[in-house]
Amino acid sequence: MARTCLDAFQDYGLRAIGYGERLLPKADITICEQFALIGSGLIWNIFFGVLAVMIGYWLALALAVGKMSRSAIFRHFSVGFIYLFRGTPLFIQFFFAYELFVLLPKVGITLDLWIVVIDLETRWLTRAWLGALLVLILNTSAYSAEIFYGGLRASPRGEVEAAMAYGMTGWQRFWQVIWPHMMRLSWPSYTNEAIFLFHATTLVFFTGFPAWRQSGDALYYANYFADKTFNPFIAYPIVAFYFIIFTLMIIALFGWINRRLNRHLPENAKNKLSIRLNLIR
Amino acid sequence: MCYLGTAKHIAFYQSFLVVLSLVLITAPLAMLLGLLAASASRSAIWLVQLPGKIYIAMVRGVPDIVFFLFVPLACDQAIEYIRHRIICSDQTGSVWQGNDFVVCDMAKMPLSSASGWVHDFYGFMLAVTAYAIVFGAFAGNVLAGAMAAVPRAQLETGYAYGMSRRQVYWRILFPQMWIYALPGLSNLWVLLIKATPLLFLLGIQDIVYWARELGSAKTSAYAYPHPDWRVWYFLVLLIFYLFVTWVSERVFSRLNKRLARGQSMLMDSQRAEG
Repeated sequence: MARTCLDAFQDYGLRAIGYGERLLPKADITICEQFALIGSGLIWNIFFGVLAVMIGYWLALALAVGKMSRSAIFRHFSVGFIYLFRGTPLFIQFFFAYELFVLLPKVGITLDLWIVVIDLETRWLTRAWLGALLVLILNTSAYSAEIFYGGLRASPRGEVEAAMAYGMTGWQRFWQVIWPHMMRLSWPSYTNEAIFLFHATTLVFFTGFPAWRQSGDALYYANYFADKTFNPFIAYPIVAFYFIIFTLMIIALFGWINRRLNRHLPENAKNKLSIRLNLIR
Repeated sequence: MCYLGTAKHIAFYQSFLVVLSLVLITAPLAMLLGLLAASASRSAIWLVQLPGKIYIAMVRGVPDIVFFLFVPLACDQAIEYIRHRIICSDQTGSVWQGNDFVVCDMAKMPLSSASGWVHDFYGFMLAVTAYAIVFGAFAGNVLAGAMAAVPRAQLETGYAYGMSRRQVYWRILFPQMWIYALPGLSNLWVLLIKATPLLFLLGIQDIVYWARELGSAKTSAYAYPHPDWRVWYFLVLLIFYLFVTWVSERVFSRLNKRLARGQSMLMDSQRAEG
């Protein structure tokens, strides 16, 4: 029974989200199977990374503005939140959050939003897709908020005063004058944050969160193969390969946005994107 | 109070020492590796330059956890493979047989007859290797950035005075780069501390291991039955890490002020971070 590479991808290409073969490969593991299964695990890394960045962005904006706020309550809350999530390891945050979610009473909350009715159950929080996502969102928003705060502080004061003189409201002033500056100034650092958040998603299935029906992320499957074959020299380089490709894609996407943010400036004043390592957890 | 003084709790407290000793052993090793890599990446010989650059760049594209899982296993197999080839040179055939990694008993590392602490020590040394390699690459990033931040005019002045490349390196570049490297290195120190719970992934009985062990629900078969207390143990760990990072930040901000004294430049901490 000769199995082709196509078979392996059909069986395991979507295994991480529950489609395809139920049983993971056990004996005579081929390279194709490793590529297929680890690639399917990458779906989870992308899921966590994309959603955490997209939701965390707005929370980070609110926290950065809060840290700048004149109101002591907002300021202290933002500073404390950022300090708590930046000062502790993400790994322990996952463990702590999972144990906390397990202890929550098993209740369902029904949200009635006129058109749709959503049932929220606390037991979903113990599943990785929601619980770990929540931790990642809070974590990335703390790191991003610190970056945006730096951008906010560096925004030119004269332009804000000019906006005031034109009679712009606070809301207009923020979205039309401050926010574009803040984004332009903090974008290179934010690119780093996005990359390392994407890398940090590999931690999820090594903490308390169980891989339900062996549906894990790329590193979970690589670890599975390394355990099964006692050969780390194939599975881990495959993960590395996938991650390098996706890191390059993130750099391309964020670089494109960076060029757009800087398009009005003369060449020597543009903010260049450089991948620095100052933001890992 | 007696509950907190049981033998297992003593082991829990000792595991904090394991974490601290890992940090203290790894930090100088990583600095050394980073310095070598950063210097290599500036070399004029491309055969030296390329490995330095690849080593520095690799942690930007690949998650560090991959290295933490890969390096100890790879090192262990490399050592056993070499010992297998030397000690049991009469045996032929691949060491990978089907789904197993088979070396002769004499080549096992450590020997299966060795006592428990040898196994623990060996595992710890593999963990130190993994941490040193990953953080060496991080340090390489920071130091390469710091070397690039030293004003070029100063180096060129050195050449103009007829100094050799070596002299310029040791007399101008090396002494001056530290002030630029400090913000990045302090960042790295905090990072190293925050990476220590990953020891748990390497099978070391560290604080995470004991927190899970001690916190999980105990039945009446134990001396002190209690429900699931893991969340409280992890809360203690969170506070511990918060405290260590807080102390580190204060120490480094003092050090930074001290080093910046007498420097006639604007400390631009952002630029020097690597």
